[in-house]
Amino acid sequence: MIDSLVSLAWTVAKVLAILVPLVLAVAWYTFAERKVVGYIQVRMGPNRVGPRGWLQPIADGIKLVLKEVIIPAGANRFLFVLAPVIALGAALAAWAVVPFGEGLVLADINAGLLYILAMTSVGVYGVIIAGWASNSKYALLGAMRSAAQIVAYEIAMGFALVVVLMAAGSLNLGEIVNAQDGSILNWFWLPLLPMFVVYIIAGIAETNRAPFDVAEGESEIVAGFHVEYSGMSFLVFFLAEYANMILISLLISIMFLGGWLSPFQGIFPDRFTEGFPLGPGPHWLLLKTLFFMFLYLWLRATFPRYRYDQIMRLGWKVFIPLTIVWIVVVGVAIVLDVPPWFDGA
Amino acid sequence: MLQNYLPILVFIVIALGMGTVMILAGSIIGPRRPDAEKLSPYECGFEAFEDSRMKFDVRYYLVAILFIIFDLEIAFLFPWAVVLDEIGTFGFLAMMAFLAVLVIGFIYEWKKGALEWE
Repeated sequence: MIDSLVSLAWTVAKVLAILVPLVLAVAWYTFAERKVVGYIQVRMGPNRVGPRGWLQPIADGIKLVLKEVIIPAGANRFLFVLAPVIALGAALAAWAVVPFGEGLVLADINAGLLYILAMTSVGVYGVIIAGWASNSKYALLGAMRSAAQIVAYEIAMGFALVVVLMAAGSLNLGEIVNAQDGSILNWFWLPLLPMFVVYIIAGIAETNRAPFDVAEGESEIVAGFHVEYSGMSFLVFFLAEYANMILISLLISIMFLGGWLSPFQGIFPDRFTEGFPLGPGPHWLLLKTLFFMFLYLWLRATFPRYRYDQIMRLGWKVFIPLTIVWIVVVGVAIVLDVPPWFDGA
Repeated sequence: MLQNYLPILVFIVIALGMGTVMILAGSIIGPRRPDAEKLSPYECGFEAFEDSRMKFDVRYYLVAILFIIFDLEIAFLFPWAVVLDEIGTFGFLAMMAFLAVLVIGFIYEWKKGALEWE
């Protein structure tokens, strides 16, 4: 009894050790976004609150806590409150199986990738329920657009995951990283290059970010599915969106860029690539993740928004055929044991 | 085996709890001064007319149905992808036959214009 309570408390502590840094990362990611987009557009970004604006996320947080949580008159109250909770729950729950380093994982389960696919799929319920429960035309239109877009790109994403699985031979995220051991040329970005590109773009579309952000295209439908949300209920949606962006960046690093493996491995002699700076370790995973997080902001500041029919055409007519073809290509390569990538096991 | 999944359950409970607590805190700390204008649905300043739960394009249904077909296929491909190295040529060809059936259906949809949005 005592034992199980202690282990439960230990688990809760580990969960908080993931969630608290994640929430802080989201807070300062929003700050980074405004700064990066600001400097790309040759302005300063927020620079009033604290030294060079670094306390801006705290001010934003306090402001949102103190705002009224409005529930519109025609809304379905229960679903209206439930939707952001579902969105946040799904966005955070996927983090339970993510490995941050060799053996550094909360739940080391064999079906890790399947679990992540399932959890990222649940996110669409938050969007649909929010749009429906708001009883607002903009919210409903935004939710329909967003849901259709998310499911379209989820297929391309799922197929890309299948290809990663075929190459790695395991659903466990830690083993997927270990399957890329060798050198930078063994990482899956090279043998699975088309899937790498598809996954990055589908990941951006899946999180409804620019240039695929028609779901909340402010010039057409104001803010899309969360137009009626205010204060903390809006903040919860916001948290979910940014947690998803960081998750996608992390998954790209794990599945295609060798996770915590060192890029110097196999290039320098082995005795140089041991220990902290040059050897494998969580710091490499962090660096790779930060790069893709930056890519999100960079793309947002660079590309104009896609039209909705262009988005659907890209998803259904380009990505899905491409991924199906690549499943066949990698399948043939595995059956024929093509070196150097597919002759293992 | 199954106890590996317990941390996930704890994680989901805490994640859902976090969202609930945040919204509760917001509704307790924040002010509450409702009025008819504030609670009416946002329509760019116009009075809201007719119900918002309106008819929408049938293509959204079509996308949803196509999604179910393809998502099932992905679920079907997952176990196959993991063991492909062991089941060899026969396993590969069996899945190719299945994929071919699906691709024929996909081509039919494409030609029928189910994927057009204009």
